[in-house]
Parts: sequence; structure tokens; C-alpha cells
Amino acid sequence: MSGVLSLALKLLLGDRGKFYTLVIGITFAVFLMMLMTSMFFGIIQHSAANIINIGAEVWVMDPNVQTPQNSIPMPNYVLDVVRSIPGVDYAVPLYLGGGLVRLENGNYQGATVVGLDDATLFGRPTLAEGRLSDIYRNNAFFVVRDANYAKLGSPRLGTTFEINDHRGVIAGIASVAVGSLFGLPTLYTTYERATQDLPSTRYVMSFILVQPKSPAAVAGIQRAVQALGYRALTAAQFTTRNDRFYEFQTAMGMNILIMTLISFVVGLSIAGETFYMFVLDNLERFGALKAIGARSSELVAMIFYQSLVVSFLGFGFGVLLASGLIAFGKWRIPNYAAVITYQNLAMALVMVLIISVVSAYIGIRRILRIDPFVVFRS
Amino acid sequence: MILTVDRVTKWFGEEPSRTYALRDVSFAVDHEEMLYIVGPSGSGKTTLLSVISGILRPNDGTVTVEGKDIWNLSVDALADFRLHTLGFVFQDYHLFPRLTTIENVAVPLVLRHVRWREALRKAREVLEVVGLPEKADLPPPRLSGGEQQRVAIARAIVAEPDVLVLDEPTASLDGDTGKRIVGFVKDRILNAHRAIIVVTHDDRIYEYASRIIHMEDGRIVAPAEAVA
Repeated sequence: MSGVLSLALKLLLGDRGKFYTLVIGITFAVFLMMLMTSMFFGIIQHSAANIINIGAEVWVMDPNVQTPQNSIPMPNYVLDVVRSIPGVDYAVPLYLGGGLVRLENGNYQGATVVGLDDATLFGRPTLAEGRLSDIYRNNAFFVVRDANYAKLGSPRLGTTFEINDHRGVIAGIASVAVGSLFGLPTLYTTYERATQDLPSTRYVMSFILVQPKSPAAVAGIQRAVQALGYRALTAAQFTTRNDRFYEFQTAMGMNILIMTLISFVVGLSIAGETFYMFVLDNLERFGALKAIGARSSELVAMIFYQSLVVSFLGFGFGVLLASGLIAFGKWRIPNYAAVITYQNLAMALVMVLIISVVSAYIGIRRILRIDPFVVFRS
Repeated sequence: MILTVDRVTKWFGEEPSRTYALRDVSFAVDHEEMLYIVGPSGSGKTTLLSVISGILRPNDGTVTVEGKDIWNLSVDALADFRLHTLGFVFQDYHLFPRLTTIENVAVPLVLRHVRWREALRKAREVLEVVGLPEKADLPPPRLSGGEQQRVAIARAIVAEPDVLVLDEPTASLDGDTGKRIVGFVKDRILNAHRAIIVVTHDDRIYEYASRIIHMEDGRIVAPAEAVA
């Protein structure tokens, strides 16, 4: 069979125009599919930045909360009740909200403010500059040095600013695993300062971060919190809930899906039509092969092989191109949220294989119908 | 006899508009024989060629090659029969324009699962037989009509078939080239282990035939006449 496949490859490479058209068509389709799905996965990942960065095992929240960004404040007694649930090792409050920062040049800049439990600082970021204990100094904030850091004027240790008409001082510069989705700089401070200075609502506690004594205790904690009228989710469950919100309750998931399907259809059309033309151009020669003694199974193998070769080449080039563009985007655009994951690689590969099989099938149907009798007719 | 055709009938369509392409055709070909099947257009020559090549199934009658009734074979066995027993020179050659000459010649060997390198070595030998070793690396479109015909012959004989089938071998060639090609086939390709069947209506090459069968309206109208 290897000789027949070599023959198939020679026939394919021999027709350079169609070969390049096929590879470019599939490359283009893979590039678009990869870009669309990478953006989607990037947005999803960045939208879950707080869940990832804070790193709590179990999050307690109002049942209507869908994402970390739209927290609904809870009364303080909930914290006391949660602490009393069997299986809870410890539970701490978390403030997650926004503040308006007045910069030295007089401009205003929105910022995400994370208020960490004063006693434990549970969920704190990694400090690059400054000391952890400095967060307890008057008006102290840690600023996260991420893509949005410059929006606060790239503050240094000791830089002062105003936040919601209160004085703030940069006491530490931190780093986090995942940057925020919404292009806002992030400030960390203590829960007490955050709840005193920033919110105007009656209740101020956004989330309760819970450390269970063991993984087996999680189910019991969830049941007890539910009985209280609230919801306890593990970090994975909260991430999934966040993902589902962006996938199904915003237009984003559907738009990306439509663009991905359009890319797929474009790739399928280009590859299918070009491959069909390739088969038509060689129809009489395939008929001659049949007359000479090639079995139908060998002709099918030849067509599939040709289709797979162009598909895998297109897949490789498409992934390369998408990776290059994403790398360039991340380099030039600080908030560029795109990430290539195994899932979108696998998704693109499956779609390319579908393109390959459908294109081959169109050609194969034609070839299997050739009557070798035609080769005796001029 | 290497090939025997016994009372072969082939029709197309159904009654009452049924058209008979072959009616009760019988003949035999022996080793070292160059048999011509001649007749006007529409006389059934091409249909007969397809039937004896295992490509078009007859409605009645048998075709026996080397003692085997080919129309009792399965589809794959028929493909194997064509690959191992027959060599074809098609009227339009049907060479692959994107392959080189030597690769075109090697195709039947590749289909027989001979390794590429070995197939190319054998193809080069055969190109020498047909006098085209220097054209081995050129694609067919860069060859003249006569040269392409010789490449098609080289492809047909590279796997050393028992029966060589030539369909209108001079149709695309001028008179002198056509005669030279057919003369070459008779002198260099025909041997004691092989029979050659030529379908033609070119009477300028009749002189090379061992015997000639005349066909008209799907029947053999004159018994095979010995020429040479």
C-alpha cells in the first residue's frame, strides 16, 4: 500500500496550484477557528481571574451570583454561621468591588479592589516589592503589576492617590497568575479598610472564603450553606458557573460559536471544492488506474491520504499562524485575552478531520462511480 | 490458446429499445499472435475490447484467459487479473501529466506493491527497450505524440503481461510515426509468451497483423484472415 500512497502524494504535489489552494484554504479555516476559540477560552479564563488568583477551595455567596464580578453582599451573621458548620476548618470574609481612583494628573481611573481578611490575609497575591505587614499601615494598598498597572500611572512604593475620596498609599507591588478581563487595575487592601472606605450598601461582605477540614467535608458544608439560603461552591464549580454565564447568558458564546462555524464552513467549502476539482481533473487517469488493475479500496486510500496530508499541513500552518498572531497580540495589546488550550486545539483538529473526510468523500463518490470503460473512449 | 472468446453477446438498454453492441462473437488468440480487430465506428470494437479486458460484463458468453473464465471472478480478482495478465495502451494514453515519464511507466509495478526504487529501476530498463531512456525525467506533456505513445507502451509492458491490448494505437499519430510504432511493437514486444490485440480502423498498419477480424454491427462479418 505504501507505493500507492507515494503515488497519491506525487499526484497531489504535482498539481501545485491545487495543492497550495487546498493547504492555504485549510490553513485559513484553522487560523480563524483557532483565533475564535482562543479568544473565547482567553476571555473565559480572564473572567475567572479572581477565583484563580484568590485560590479559596470553597466560596460562599448569594444564590444569584453568577460570576466573581457581580457579587451580592451578604450580612455578617452568615460568616458566623458558616464558621460553625461542621467540617469547616476556617472561613474568612472577602470584599470584591470597585473603586474610583483619582490620579496625580487629575484623571480618574476605575479599579478592582480586593479586601482581604485582616487576620489571615487569605487569598493574598505574591509580593514583588514591599513587605506583607505593610498592608496594615494607614491607607495601605498593594497594587498588582499586570497589563493594567500603567493605567494607575505605574505607581511605586509610597505613591499616594485618592480612592473614593479617601487617601491611599501604595505599600506593595504584587503579581498574580491571571490578569483581569475588564481592563481594570487591581488593588488589594484589608477587609476592614475596603469595607469602611469603599461601599455604600448596607451589607458589605461579597464572599466568604472557606477552608474545609477535608475534601469529604465539602458536601456537608454545601448542604448547610444551602439550608441557610446561600450557596457554597468549590473553586471548580464556581469557575464552571462563571464559564456558563459567559457562554450562555451573554451573546459572546453564541457569537464566537457562529464565527467558528463560519470559519469551518469556509474551510470546508474551499477544501471540498478544490479537492473535487482535483479529482475531476484526474478522473480519467483514476479511470485508467482502475482499468490497469487498481482496486477501489486502493483508490479510496489514495484519496483519503491526499486529503489527510493537506488537512494536517493546513492544521499545522493554521495553528502556527494563530499562535504567532496571539503572541503578537499579547506583546502589543496588554489586555489581549486569547489562550490556546488543548481543548481548542482538539476542537480545531476534529473540525479539520471532518473537512478532510467530507472533502475526500466527495472525491471518492465520484471516483467509485467511474466506469473504466470510459478510458477506451476518446 | 491464450485467450478465447466464446459466443459473447452484449446489449445496452431494455426491450423494446435494446441495442446490441455484440452478437455471438467468438474467436481465439494464440501466443505470439498479433490479432487486429477492425471495423467502422460503432461496429462494437471498443465494447469487445472492454469485455475481453474484464471491464465490461457481457450479457452472454464466456471469455477465457489462460484457461480461466474471467467473468466468474470477483471484482477484486478481476482487478488483479487485469493487473497481472493484461497490459493496456489507451487511445489517449492516459499518462499522468504531473508524474515524470519514468514514474508513469512504474505505475503498474507500484500497483503490484513493488517498492518505488525497484519499480523505477525496472521502468528505466523498459524505457531503454522503447528507446526513451533520455526522456525518463521529463513529464509527458513535454514529449511528442510518438514519444508519449512509446511511454504508454512501456507502461503496458513493464509488468510483463501475457496479453497486450492496444486501442487505436495510431489515432493520434501521423502515418509514418504510427507505422513505426506498430512495427516496433511487433518486432520488440511480441514474443512467444505474449499475444497482442489491436483495435484499429487504420488500414495503413494492417501489414503488421498476424490475423484480422472484421466487425460490423456487433458481429464478426468475416472470419479471421491471416495476414502475416
